[in-house]
Amino acid sequence: MEEHPKNEHNQDNQQNPEPENPKQASRRKFLRNIGLIGAGAAAGAAALFSGDIFEKAKKKGGKKSVLLTQDNKLVEVDSLELKALEKSPEQQMQIRGREGIPGRRWIWVIDLSKCRNARQCIAACQAAHHLRPDQFHINTLQIQENPHTPSFHMPKPCQHCDNPPCVSVCPVDATFKRPDGPVLIDNERCIGCRFCIAACPYSARMLNWIKPKFEEQDKDLPYNIELNIPQRIGTITKCLMSSDRLREGKLPYCVSACPNGVYYFGDENEDTVTNGTTKESVRLSTLLSENGAYQLLPELGTKPRVYYLPPKNRLFPFEPSKDAEPKKI
Amino acid sequence: MDENNAALNKITEDLTFHIRITRGFKIWMGFLLIGLCICLYAYTLQLRFGLGVAGIRDYVSWGMYLSNFVFFVATSLIGMLISGVLGLIGIKWITPVARIAEIIAVAFAAIAGLVIIMDMGRPDRLAYVFIYGRFQSPILWDVTVVTTYFVLSALLLFLTLISDIAWVHKKTDHLPGWVKKSYQVLSLNWTDTPEKNRIIRRCVRILLILIIPCALAIHTITSWLFAMTTRAGWDSTLFGPYFVTGAFVSGGSAVIIAMYFFQKNYKLHNYITNQHFNNMGKLLALVMLVYLYFNINEFLVPGYKLKTAEAINLHDLFTGRFAFLFWVVQIGWLILPITLILFRKMRAPLPLLIIALAIFISSWFKRYIIVVPVQEHPYLPIQYVPYNFKVYTPTLTEIAITLSSFFMALIIITLLSKFFPVVPIRETAIERGLVEENN
Repeated sequence: MEEHPKNEHNQDNQQNPEPENPKQASRRKFLRNIGLIGAGAAAGAAALFSGDIFEKAKKKGGKKSVLLTQDNKLVEVDSLELKALEKSPEQQMQIRGREGIPGRRWIWVIDLSKCRNARQCIAACQAAHHLRPDQFHINTLQIQENPHTPSFHMPKPCQHCDNPPCVSVCPVDATFKRPDGPVLIDNERCIGCRFCIAACPYSARMLNWIKPKFEEQDKDLPYNIELNIPQRIGTITKCLMSSDRLREGKLPYCVSACPNGVYYFGDENEDTVTNGTTKESVRLSTLLSENGAYQLLPELGTKPRVYYLPPKNRLFPFEPSKDAEPKKI
Repeated sequence: MDENNAALNKITEDLTFHIRITRGFKIWMGFLLIGLCICLYAYTLQLRFGLGVAGIRDYVSWGMYLSNFVFFVATSLIGMLISGVLGLIGIKWITPVARIAEIIAVAFAAIAGLVIIMDMGRPDRLAYVFIYGRFQSPILWDVTVVTTYFVLSALLLFLTLISDIAWVHKKTDHLPGWVKKSYQVLSLNWTDTPEKNRIIRRCVRILLILIIPCALAIHTITSWLFAMTTRAGWDSTLFGPYFVTGAFVSGGSAVIIAMYFFQKNYKLHNYITNQHFNNMGKLLALVMLVYLYFNINEFLVPGYKLKTAEAINLHDLFTGRFAFLFWVVQIGWLILPITLILFRKMRAPLPLLIIALAIFISSWFKRYIIVVPVQEHPYLPIQYVPYNFKVYTPTLTEIAITLSSFFMALIIITLLSKFFPVVPIRETAIERGLVEENN
């Protein structure tokens, strides 16, 4: 209680500071103005000087270099502006893997009338992505929709949905939708929660439950997000639309491997798809409309990027496969 | 006045009687720790060889671990029902039960966080959830609310304990010095002044109000892990309330089991009375009736229409591979116990304990049959894969890892109930008119 009056006294002091000498104040103001003008002049001079140096340097350089960009365009760049990239090959693969290939909208058409379950697509895919026999980025399923309709073989890759449920639920942005179409997976980011497996209605995703088949052999490779190699234990692996091949301007592994002309693959923007076996290019819109194309489970609203042509006028009779099971893991 | 003091002393003695290291406690803790070590060894196997040591595969990819997670989140909800809802309404008989419910809430919420880590393919990347978290994912919502609920429950337990800890501090001369010292630190030097009591009462009230929406959120969001997918059998708008009401059933049975053991082992017959068992039995009957109502909705509505994908799933439950488990759980867990509990004799401690044990165990299996069967029937057929991909069978390692969560929860409950009064001393004294509320 004793301190109370003292405090009040202090407050009084603060509220009534001693009045300043008006002359002193104006001198201070004058000096401050001089300082400001001086600083401004110095900054202006420095800018002029550095601009002059830059202009001289530009004249001295002047050489142009011709470069090829990632999307295959030739560009001219001043040699002064050339800088070595600081990013590692792995980082570059990550960046371009997430950005995609500009201007493209990849699309897939699967002609069910031609599939006779040769399973060459599966073999090519498993070899390319270093998968075990029980891991199917693409699988051919035997489908019979009801007892009175015929059975057929249905190749089933990831549907690369435009509204992908797996991407919505991923908690860490490990799986993502690329502007050019494919849904990819970054196995350096994946935490193995498997929410995407639960969310995918097409059963298109799988986990590396145990040590990947080529773990030892691949361990020194830089991670290629477009190929998902090296595969990593405890992370998701899935169909990638062979994004690494698309970057090279080639058709996906499975599409090229098919001996029976089942697959058409191409760019929706160009309205053209190419048959992987015959290499014949056809108009996408015509192919879809003339054959009554459909999509898998469209009622779920996933907007798949894969179209199926119904199994009519089939080239081969349906032969049930023995459904040979791979070894238990 | 002397009579008053004597009664007060008696209460304090009775309620702190169990705060001593007994042989029974050592044997029980030894059992729990050995059990935990064996189970953690199983987890090291999973860390070394990957999630493949469990029975889950690409089609049934959420198995026992995730069912167990749902169960743990569910059981922890009882803290909110008893302390939050009944407490705020002003129901008096919950005084000796509320802390038991809070201890169960804290233990189960804490372990729920660990259980979900057991289910991760890459537990080493746990931090990514915070570094790269995307708010579109229900997993992020779940992480947020489960953590919040755990913190709120722990705070609630602690705040209501402060005055009791101060009393215990005076009564623990038989314990080593450092234990006594820690009681003093934990009591935050509480003294019976109106201001301190007012602060605590206000904080508790705010917590009780906050904990209700938070608890509803944790289990609703946990149900959304399933309901947000397009799978037939999970794709249900009813899942939130269906899970929340089911949670009260498993949590209520857990509280009854704990009450029984505390009453017997800690000699609390004068505080946790038969009347409390009777009341808890009635509460359990109420929440089970509500749950039964949601069950009827959940099975009758799709069962009437039998849409293709739903029908496959329902056939599997009603007459297929999961039929035995399904009917045991639905009849043995829901219909039979509800009928039994309606009789007053069945609400006596021992019969109620037996009923509660049955309910507790089968409510674990209830989660299992919500989670697993749906995944065995995706929209597209499962072909060209090994048999163990098509049909999920848990492995021994997986079961051991799952059991570890129960050992951990029991250790937390044992320690909390051993070192702190299970029945609130001050509140009991106030209720019996031995202490002025001192506002």
